[in-house]
Amino acid sequence: MTTTENSARSVPKPTFTDAEAGAKEFPDSGPSARRYNYYKPAKRKQTHYEDVTVEVQPDPRHYLTQGWIYGFADGSRGYPLDWTKLKAWGVDNPEPERGPGSGGKPVQDWPAHGWHEFRDPNEEWELTMFRYNANVERQIGQNVENARNAKAFDQWTQNWVRFVERHVGAWMHIEHIFGLYIFAACNRSGPTNMHNTAMAVNSEHKIRFAQDLALYNLTLTEEIEGFDGAAHLDAWNNDAEWQGVRKVAEALTAVDDDWGEMIFGTNIVFEPLLGELFRSNLVQQAAPGNGDYVTPTVMGAGEYDFAQRDLRWTQACMGLLTQDKEFADHNKQIMQGWLSHWVPQCLDAARQLQPLWSQPDAKPPRFEDSLDRAKNRFAGILSDLGLDAPKELSQ
Amino acid sequence: MSRQSLAKAHQKIQELSWEPQYHEPYMKYGTDYTFRKAAKKDPLKQVLRSYFPMQEEKDNRVYGASDGAIRGNMFRQVQERWLEWQKLFLSIIPLPEISAARSMPMLFQAVPNPELHNGQAIQMIDEVRHSTIQQNLKRLYMNNYIDPAGFNNTLRNFHSDYCGTIGRQFAEGFITGDAITAASIYLTIVAETAFTNTLFVAMPGEAAANGDYLLPTVFHSVQSDESRHISNGYATLLMALSDEDNRQLLERDLRYAWWNNHRVVDAAIGTFIEYGTKDRRKDRESYAEMWRRWIYDDYYRAYLLPLEKYGLVIPHDLIEESWNQIWNKGYVHEVAQFFATGWVANYWRIDSMTDEDFEWFEYKYPGWYDRYGKWWENYNRLSRPNGHHAIVAEDVDYVYPHRCWTCMVPCLVREDMVVDKVDGQWRTYCHEACRWTDAVAFRPTYEGRDTPNMGKLVGHREWETLYHGWNWADVIQDMGFVRDDGKTLTAQPHLDLDPKKMWTLDHMRRMPHVASPNVILNEMSDSEREAFVADYNAQGPAGRPAGSTS
Repeated sequence: MTTTENSARSVPKPTFTDAEAGAKEFPDSGPSARRYNYYKPAKRKQTHYEDVTVEVQPDPRHYLTQGWIYGFADGSRGYPLDWTKLKAWGVDNPEPERGPGSGGKPVQDWPAHGWHEFRDPNEEWELTMFRYNANVERQIGQNVENARNAKAFDQWTQNWVRFVERHVGAWMHIEHIFGLYIFAACNRSGPTNMHNTAMAVNSEHKIRFAQDLALYNLTLTEEIEGFDGAAHLDAWNNDAEWQGVRKVAEALTAVDDDWGEMIFGTNIVFEPLLGELFRSNLVQQAAPGNGDYVTPTVMGAGEYDFAQRDLRWTQACMGLLTQDKEFADHNKQIMQGWLSHWVPQCLDAARQLQPLWSQPDAKPPRFEDSLDRAKNRFAGILSDLGLDAPKELSQ
Repeated sequence: MSRQSLAKAHQKIQELSWEPQYHEPYMKYGTDYTFRKAAKKDPLKQVLRSYFPMQEEKDNRVYGASDGAIRGNMFRQVQERWLEWQKLFLSIIPLPEISAARSMPMLFQAVPNPELHNGQAIQMIDEVRHSTIQQNLKRLYMNNYIDPAGFNNTLRNFHSDYCGTIGRQFAEGFITGDAITAASIYLTIVAETAFTNTLFVAMPGEAAANGDYLLPTVFHSVQSDESRHISNGYATLLMALSDEDNRQLLERDLRYAWWNNHRVVDAAIGTFIEYGTKDRRKDRESYAEMWRRWIYDDYYRAYLLPLEKYGLVIPHDLIEESWNQIWNKGYVHEVAQFFATGWVANYWRIDSMTDEDFEWFEYKYPGWYDRYGKWWENYNRLSRPNGHHAIVAEDVDYVYPHRCWTCMVPCLVREDMVVDKVDGQWRTYCHEACRWTDAVAFRPTYEGRDTPNMGKLVGHREWETLYHGWNWADVIQDMGFVRDDGKTLTAQPHLDLDPKKMWTLDHMRRMPHVASPNVILNEMSDSEREAFVADYNAQGPAGRPAGSTS
């Protein structure tokens, strides 16, 4: 048998061009020319994360010589630095004035201001965020599947079933609101690409966790006879215990034009005082005693997102500002004001949650002990940031 | 979690939709469009449980291919002519991508339909992917391609270069001004639905033909996300159409978005595909042929036209005019010629055209040689420093063009150039449609209607203004387009890396100073300006002086 070739076939011909690194010597051919050279790395060596994020979002104080080319109706342009009351060193220095014959006036000493010093300590970019979240999804899926096969849900008491369907279910709404209307919403507002990318990744965690809880709820509806998959909506909309938490969560989305306050209020105040209080100090503690080893694995994934990643970038972001060489006092004063505003609301909402502690048959640690633990953790976070615990915390 | 069906899982996550009970979210981004709450379904139907592993798998394929390309010595087969243009393209594109991520929350606020917000959030995540994966691709080129100059200072270059500023419309336009104009009509309805076809499908095909299979690997992976975003735009558009009051704004925004995308994307991608390739097979599609297929047939005829029955006023005239510009008025060729004229102000090397290229152009665009052939022969003749200036300062029958105030591409089809005094300044526009965009559309009132949320065109939109009266050597040094010996230019008008054949700052120092056409225009008396316009409109093609017979 012979092979016949289609003579009409037209394909590009490979050509040997020898266009690979090192093939010739000329100005800029050396190894030192093979790195992004327009920014200063945070540490001695520039990281992969920095290479794919730093300076992608331009700044007229750096190289944006023709300036922003679109403006809002009120005249603001690009990513205004006054979209938060927080300030980083150098922001009050005037932007280079450019005009006929001025030249480009590129930055001489990078960075031009302190906002550019922020790096996400989690070093998140697309490769890391998909690997991380895909791993979480796989692990949760395997945990729940294993529990389903082992008929683990049969061990749950009726009270615990009610608790999970109403209250664990209600928590999905908090995560969803934060994911979309705090973190995704703020990813248009931050002063640098590093801030906005960290917020987008934080948003992913929240939206994913909300969906994890929703789909877990769906599984339980399928697996547990009498499990009411819509009870979480009733709890969220009507239970007195949830209305305080809901009110604060909604208030955080309504912060008046300040991405810094939204992020600070959510990750520095709400999450330790209400998020961890509910997730770690109630659900995680109560579940084992009530025969449930599955819910903590779902809840724990979300808790890890916050405790190990989302809080981490937020502390790095806010910590730079409380130690800022020019505006540390200004920033601390602003943050103390935010603490005075948000801490009482969160504590009030926490106390409204208190009846939940008595609902499971096997009781978790006392509410006051749980709240003390949350407060201590919160006070530690403030101490790390160089902030004072507000007087409201001791009330 | 058990493997519920996707439909069931998607149905379940709709229970997350939030109706505020105590506080409404802060509305940061305004729109003049009005939306009634409507039960529009999330068109993406993505659940993150399956989305993240799917994206991870796509990543695995992309990064696996990247490793394979390096191990397989792909760069021994890459055409330098092609990869040089990637120094421009890949300096631009990560910002539009990340800007698309930033634009999604503008839609959360403008479109009161929580179910659509899910799809928009997924798009936000996709766009973070695209921006960083493209920065990474460029890093790989920098590390492995023979000439890293231009890649290594990529974002400084992009931010300070006039080509970068033109490209920046395709980013700032997504995130500034009226939320629906920017994030929906300009971004998803026109840029993503129409023009990503040429960006992310046609261009990678050309890359592969030039020995670069990494660009297709990355950009086809990106395009597989774009197809989802098109659904987002469509859902919002249908919601907007359901309110009669929006139709006037939709008509305005489609005209602006269409024309601006045509001016910007066709200029750049058309040049890359036609002048950045070594593949001169006669049966490979030209950019014009691709445009006719991907944009005219697939977008205009198959996507836009059916929307007419829902009341959408389609800019038929501008779509036909875009084709007229590409096919009859040589828009892409004029742009490529201008890029090459101004090679000194850029950060990549531009290859000369050869007899084989000439033959291909003449075959694909009959009459090309008469218009452009002589000029490209001059470009080749003047490509190595030999006692003469760079071509921009030599007499080659080319009149340096004025810049369009709106799209910032120069006014290259000379007969179409118009001038107008807007905001107290005389401005040149490449076409009446661009004048309309600045003078009529981007204003706080439109056809008697208040449009308080409409954005503004701002900034130093003519690059030459900044360097009016400067010596070219100082301009290039100020922009940072110099190699690590401190004198050799990053840009070159040829691909020869022999240092003796490369242009340096010393060559630039001898050239005449830079002059801003707009500064000069504003110094003219009324009669001088009228004479200037008449002369300009009589110029061309190929930038020839008025009355030139050559």
